[in-house]
Amino acid sequence: MDTAPASDRPDDQRQHHRPPYDEVQASPEFGELRTAHRSFAFPLTIAFVSWYLLYVLLSNYAGGFMGTKLVGNINVALVFGLAQFLTTFLIAWWYSRHAAAKLDPRAEAIKARLGDSS
Amino acid sequence: MSNYLLAAESASDNRPLIITLFSVFVVATLAITVWAGRQTKDANDFYAGGRQFSGFQNGLAISGDYMSAASFLGIAGAIALSGYDGFLYSIGFLVAWLVALLLVAEPLRNSGRYTMGDVLAYRMRQRPVRTAAGVSTIVVSIFYLLAQMAGAGVLVSLLLGITSEAGKILIVVLVGVVMMLYVTIGGMKGTTWVQMVKAVLLIAGTLLITFLVLLKFNFNVSDLLGEAAKNSGMGSAFLEPGLKYGVNATSKLDFLSLGIALVLGTAGLPHILIRFYTVPTAQAARKSVNWAIGIIGGFYLMTIALGFGAAALLDHDAIIASNKSGNTAAPLLAEEIGGGADSTGGAILLAVISAVAFATILAVVAGLTLASSSSFAHDLYANVIRKGQATQQEEIRAARWATVGIGTVAVVLGVFARDLNVAGLVALAFAVAASANLPTILYSLFWKRFTTQGALWSIYGGLISSVFLVLFSPVVSGKPTSMFPDVDFHWFPLENPGLISIPLGFLLGWLGTIVSKEEPDKGKYAELEVRSLTGHGAH
Repeated sequence: MDTAPASDRPDDQRQHHRPPYDEVQASPEFGELRTAHRSFAFPLTIAFVSWYLLYVLLSNYAGGFMGTKLVGNINVALVFGLAQFLTTFLIAWWYSRHAAAKLDPRAEAIKARLGDSS
Repeated sequence: MSNYLLAAESASDNRPLIITLFSVFVVATLAITVWAGRQTKDANDFYAGGRQFSGFQNGLAISGDYMSAASFLGIAGAIALSGYDGFLYSIGFLVAWLVALLLVAEPLRNSGRYTMGDVLAYRMRQRPVRTAAGVSTIVVSIFYLLAQMAGAGVLVSLLLGITSEAGKILIVVLVGVVMMLYVTIGGMKGTTWVQMVKAVLLIAGTLLITFLVLLKFNFNVSDLLGEAAKNSGMGSAFLEPGLKYGVNATSKLDFLSLGIALVLGTAGLPHILIRFYTVPTAQAARKSVNWAIGIIGGFYLMTIALGFGAAALLDHDAIIASNKSGNTAAPLLAEEIGGGADSTGGAILLAVISAVAFATILAVVAGLTLASSSSFAHDLYANVIRKGQATQQEEIRAARWATVGIGTVAVVLGVFARDLNVAGLVALAFAVAASANLPTILYSLFWKRFTTQGALWSIYGGLISSVFLVLFSPVVSGKPTSMFPDVDFHWFPLENPGLISIPLGFLLGWLGTIVSKEEPDKGKYAELEVRSLTGHGAH
């Protein structure tokens, strides 16, 4: 360590006694919280990035398919693009629901046990 | 329709009205800034706006920070000229927010304090990583800022019908001075309020024009698209991907590269990341991203109507005659839809949309200047130069001086770059952010083994490779559209370096870690992981 981390700076009001982060990190409760976040966020990130790349690749290399007209002047490309908007809104909503149900209560419980110093 | 001469002539007719609206916006926002400045007492206020904004307020401010003139005028113009390909841009810009929502916003809010460097350097040796984070923040922000400043000069001159060089320089200087006032006086509080006001104006203006365009087509989108395709002279190809990026194999690869940079860049943009510190909790940070996704998504949907509306209702050559990238398509559309060049309605709508564009530029440049001066003061000055011994007042003073310094640099570069084509710089800023910042943020938060050497290799490797590739790309030389069209030293075929530099940034972070001899600091990782997921000890 070259210098003290920012949180231990003199102007800081927090207590200098360090909470037992290592024990908390190793605890089953924290393991559950970590899993609840990672098992949701990581696969979903891979999924929406792949879905977006599929769209980019189709736009690039499947012009004929994307140009297929569906209704009037509305073609596959436009529907595909709008679907990206729709999935973005849905994923944001889905994640927030998941976070409120599975992440926030677990995080709160651990924070309370540690003694909220903020 | 006498669209041909419209831009320059009608702009000068409407000049008094446009200048009045510009002035009203500047005076009103400066008043807000002074009010916010009175409430700015400590570093928490200056850097993080006191952390008391609500999720909705911050969502608005994020939208105001993110929707630059490039997205308002640029995307509408790109759709007006190249049809569907213009729309492709906005999708990457939107989907990118999911990376911020799922992986970055909440842990950052929980474990950081004022800057991106707080999180990057958390478990690492402070001085080298802070230095790297500061350098990367300033480089990304200056690229972005330069594009906005040069754009401001061109755009405002165009809207006001100013043709003299002195006039354009004056505009760039004026934008620079106002932005420095916002940031030095109002800090994060002032900047946040300016961004909120701008977001409301931008949404209201866009909503109005969108409504009027759709009304003209009886809310039949298919008719609107059909008319746009017909009027563009390109037929149904105008509604399909390929007009702009599908020219040849290189341009297709370039689009892929751009797409990756856009979707991964947002969550690494320092001026966006520091906005998460302005709310009290991780839940509020989550809420603000949700609001931002809703607002920005809605806005991009409206740019479709704007862009295709311009293509349908304006003369294609008139759009190009006014600005060859189509940047004035939206204001011209506003004039047309208000009743045409000689009508009062047209004059008023043109003035309103021009003022909105001006507000957009000011709010974005203020956010960028704040991000870079905060990083200078907090990362470089307080933690590297003064080794954590600076008082809050000294830090704020350093941040204010840094604002003046960075603002001056931006003005000077903006004046020199006013005739250069700097449109590529925003996409470049996204590529640098995705290559240099995002890998380090993700590894820091989620990878136990990550070390200082990994962080440094990733930040500097991503930064240097992306800047280096752009230097030798057609953005800088070798093409009529290059920054320097008269010389040619390019050998890298793509305009956007992301396809190479982003995987390289991730790879170097991994490689630097596995070959480093130092052991990762397990205790610090435990602290970061617990704090980032639970919000314990959050500032």
